[in-house]
Amino acid sequence: MATASNVTHSHPSPERMSADLLRPLLQTSWRFYLLVALLGSIVAAGAVAWVTQMFFGFGISGIRWPIYWGFYVTNFVFWIGISHAGTLISAILRLVNAGWRRPVTRCAEVITAFALMIGAMFPIIHLGRPWLAFWLFPYSSERLIWPNFRSPLVWDFFAINTYLTGSMLFLLLPMIPDFAVVRDKTTGLRHRIYRTLALGWRGTPKQWHRLESAMSIMAVAIIPVAVSVHTIVSFDFSMAPVPMWQSTIFGPYFVAGAIFSGIAGLIIAMAVLRKVLRLQEYLLPLHFENLGKLLLVMALLWGYFVFNERLVTYYGNEPSEMTVFWQTQRDNYAPLYWTMVICNFVLPLIILGIRKFRTITGCVIASIGVVIGMWLERYLIIVPSLGHKYLPYSFGSYRPQPAEITITVATFAAMCLLYVLFAKVVPIISIWEMKAGDHPSPSLIPPATEHHKLGELHL
Amino acid sequence: MKAVYALYREGSSAQEAVDRLRALGLADRDITVISSQPMEDYEFGQMDKASGIWWIACAGGLVGMSIALGLAWVSEMSWPINVGGLPTWAWWPNLIITFELTMLGAIIATVITLVVTAGLGRGGRLYDPEVSNGFILVGVENPPDGRVADLQRELEAPSGAQLRTV
Repeated sequence: MATASNVTHSHPSPERMSADLLRPLLQTSWRFYLLVALLGSIVAAGAVAWVTQMFFGFGISGIRWPIYWGFYVTNFVFWIGISHAGTLISAILRLVNAGWRRPVTRCAEVITAFALMIGAMFPIIHLGRPWLAFWLFPYSSERLIWPNFRSPLVWDFFAINTYLTGSMLFLLLPMIPDFAVVRDKTTGLRHRIYRTLALGWRGTPKQWHRLESAMSIMAVAIIPVAVSVHTIVSFDFSMAPVPMWQSTIFGPYFVAGAIFSGIAGLIIAMAVLRKVLRLQEYLLPLHFENLGKLLLVMALLWGYFVFNERLVTYYGNEPSEMTVFWQTQRDNYAPLYWTMVICNFVLPLIILGIRKFRTITGCVIASIGVVIGMWLERYLIIVPSLGHKYLPYSFGSYRPQPAEITITVATFAAMCLLYVLFAKVVPIISIWEMKAGDHPSPSLIPPATEHHKLGELHL
Repeated sequence: MKAVYALYREGSSAQEAVDRLRALGLADRDITVISSQPMEDYEFGQMDKASGIWWIACAGGLVGMSIALGLAWVSEMSWPINVGGLPTWAWWPNLIITFELTMLGAIIATVITLVVTAGLGRGGRLYDPEVSNGFILVGVENPPDGRVADLQRELEAPSGAQLRTV
């Protein structure tokens, strides 16, 4: 089994690299069209469900008093969490100059861009009259209603849009040199399109320095923004006087959970790309092992937060909180709760904690478990608390209806569809960064010691 | 003649070509070097490194912060809603919007600076698609007619040079 210590970094030649990474753009098989048709039809079903919901109203959904936040807000928090896979991880790896990041960063950044777009749709889907969403914007209407700037929902608007804008730019900037490569390798209409996208990129030292400086600045800026986004999403809950929500630990708990689910999403995406696009020489077992270790660390951190949250609630013994607490520990929601614990903690601990199991397959199994577990976690934060607020007269239950289930499934299909289409038009692994790995910066070459000969790389 | 240049497979050959052009009396700003990846382990890869992009990003952040404070002030004062006894102008919640727009300002300023200072969007300059195959281009744009032969001789001298003119 390949491990971090024994994998050699012998990349293919520059020509081979360009050919391998451009192959998905230049060749199209029938499988691509079949997959797009399949995913597109699921997305279309989701669109039909949404239009149906708009036409008939929220009565056809399971959302009713007292649980006004069901699947849609669960999905909103889940997808915003998944979005932390990309830009945050990529930015951290860029700043610490981790050489193994090169084939991983773009796969990750794409997840951020698309997951944020999907996540940001849910507040709109959750509106009864989504065509009036512009009422949320600050403008001087004749109704004299201005957004309440002290509301966490307005913070969401600014945080998510800042993160989305930053992430899109963080994804797009390093794509420019790769667009130039595609421009040089294509003809006709495709050449003209990529010539436009390449923005006249040539590759002078000045352009490389400016690009790398810009990426460094954006990495520095995007890390606190990413942390703030999920902290602010947690504020949507913790600012409300609802049992089990008003907790000071929610900010870091949500951020840790977001990174946790994000890494899991990234591992799954990388494994699929590796298999489908035949990228075995680029996405190495080393990458999965390193991300697997990160996932293991996050599983431990997640377990620590959950333990803290539950123990403090238990010792507080506040009646309304204990009602929700027991709902999740031994009553109605216990099966979902313990499934979540197994998926998010037990499974990753066993699979990723034992080196023998930390293979690509092992990492993917653990990641699928984490994605399921983290979706359940969001559901269990929202529904039991809203259904058990203080006095029994306000207790209620929630049962998702076909419209909500269809829209939820459609968003997963939308994520896959966007990813497939992206991989068709943009090299999913950054060609120039891979080539740069063969010409590393002198700062990556350690000084000569008794153990290392000068020039030996330890990326 | 618009340009004379040579393509090199090896960075060391490109470095030699750059050194030879400098020895002819050419300044760095007159020498064009193009590669398909950053070549920071060679001296020519350090050309044009200085920039004020960090300062411009900070200035962009200040602009974003000003916009955030202005927007929050105008919005809150135009319709002073009483929310849970918070003051109309409440610092704690405003800090969040201020932080987000400060970062957005820095990010946008960075991108604009990159586009402007890296000359993106400007076409018609010296380039050869062979660069995408891993070659490094070293050349001189708009060379004086009397020096073309000298330039060609120096560019051709390093091993593996493929001399071209446009």
